[in-house]
Amino acid sequence: MRISFLDPGRWLGAHLGLVLLFLYLPIAVLIVLSFNDSGLPTTWTGFSTRWYEAVLTDDKILGSAVNTIIIGAISTIIATAIGTLLALGLERLTNNALLDGLVFVPGIIPDIVLAIALLSFYNLVFTGMLGLKLGLWSVIVAHVVFNITFVTAIVRTRLRHFDISIEEASLDLGANEITTFRRITLPIILPGVIAAALVAFTLSVDEFVVAFFTAGTTITFPIQVYSMIRFGGTPEINAIATVVVFVSFVLILASQRLNREQV
Amino acid sequence: MGRTFRRLVLLGPGLGWWLVFLVVPLLVVFAYSFFQRGTYGGVVFDFTLDNYVRALDPLYLNVLWFSLRVAVITTVVALLIGYPAAYFIATRPRRWRTPLLILIILPFWTSFLIRTYAWIVLLNREGLINRSLQGLGIIDQPLPLLYNEFAIVIGLVYGYLPLMILPLYAAIERLNPELREAATNLGARPIKVFFTVTVPLTLPGILAGCIFVFVPSLGNFIVPDLLGGGRSIMVGNLIQGQFLKARDWPFGATLALVLIALMLVLLVVQARIINRDRPADADAN
Repeated sequence: MRISFLDPGRWLGAHLGLVLLFLYLPIAVLIVLSFNDSGLPTTWTGFSTRWYEAVLTDDKILGSAVNTIIIGAISTIIATAIGTLLALGLERLTNNALLDGLVFVPGIIPDIVLAIALLSFYNLVFTGMLGLKLGLWSVIVAHVVFNITFVTAIVRTRLRHFDISIEEASLDLGANEITTFRRITLPIILPGVIAAALVAFTLSVDEFVVAFFTAGTTITFPIQVYSMIRFGGTPEINAIATVVVFVSFVLILASQRLNREQV
Repeated sequence: MGRTFRRLVLLGPGLGWWLVFLVVPLLVVFAYSFFQRGTYGGVVFDFTLDNYVRALDPLYLNVLWFSLRVAVITTVVALLIGYPAAYFIATRPRRWRTPLLILIILPFWTSFLIRTYAWIVLLNREGLINRSLQGLGIIDQPLPLLYNEFAIVIGLVYGYLPLMILPLYAAIERLNPELREAATNLGARPIKVFFTVTVPLTLPGILAGCIFVFVPSLGNFIVPDLLGGGRSIMVGNLIQGQFLKARDWPFGATLALVLIALMLVLLVVQARIINRDRPADADAN
């Protein structure tokens, strides 16, 4: 008994258990509360789905969700296309450590800095000179900026396991570069590309700070959730949280699965 | 097709997008910091250094100091919690490592806003923790857990702990176990092995994890806004206030540049430490 008490492995295992509890308990609390009829965090008055019904009949929430899905879908398509090309270029055409490092900057730059930089730029060029109003497009452009980094990083890991002689064989047999890319390269790296797109979509639909600054008067889903939290939390937030957590977990686990098959 | 053409097709769109929508906007911010605020908001293009002088006002230096303090405390707490967790995962049998890592990283991929909100529910005066402690008879009056520095640190540690654990795990996993065994066989006690072998050899991972937690904590806006009570208490809130409330964009731009400068200093320090320790690091691999 004394030996197992002193065994550092046991203590570390217990510590990891506490860390996982710390990470998951707050989320679990929200999920449980979302089914609480009273909507209060402290009194359980029975199981109910009324907060989900309230969310599904709230036009403001649904409208903001539609905006966010549009932003997520378009920014993901653009970022995935650009990021995949960039990954191919960095992996095949360059060997520049500085460039490899700089690629990460747009992904790790503080969101508040990206937000105010784009707001200043949009205001000067698009609103000031061209008379355009901020809206869906300005958030899409902003989300592409950081999502290129994530797509590039994920596709690059896939490309590292790529047997380049298959491409050379295709070129030797007379296929041109575009055909080779379409018929050989893309099908092989496709699971990595889809995994990257899933991550990009998740990041876009959950993103708040940059959208808050660059959306103009448009309300995205996270902006709607923020205002609900900020101006008196309502029980609907728990239902929203449960749906968001569920969707994010499914997308990320799907992405993980796709990427695991790479080796 | 020529090499130049291929470079243009593959690298052009990405680097071009970043040039137009990141580099140029940052240059606009830099330029704004030398201009003046217009009477009705907006920017008047008259050169001035007033914004930088104003940033040195004790009022703003205090905010900056508080942000630095919160970010440092958050980073230290995350390191102390994260290192043993990463160590445990890295020393499990191989088939356990990936599932455990996925469990650690999964919460990170869901909405930061909602994860922060969860702590309002927990730390509130009428929240779960206060009610539980009262129910158990441990306290009479609810503890002031929310809207203070404590709540901000908890929220930030919660938000960024996975970013600490991942690089630590990568560094510890790469460590050759024979080095520790050698030290043990030569008579070093486990504590000594840990501090003289394991920690120095995993220093790059420690630094990477600290940067990953410190950088987003320092400029954070959501956590101090929701858990800190919504006053301009951290530099992220201050910048947001200048842009969206006070409408003083030049001063907001100056504060953002101060934030970027602080982070660059930090990255240079990190690069220096890593370069100094390069030989030791090379041995570890």
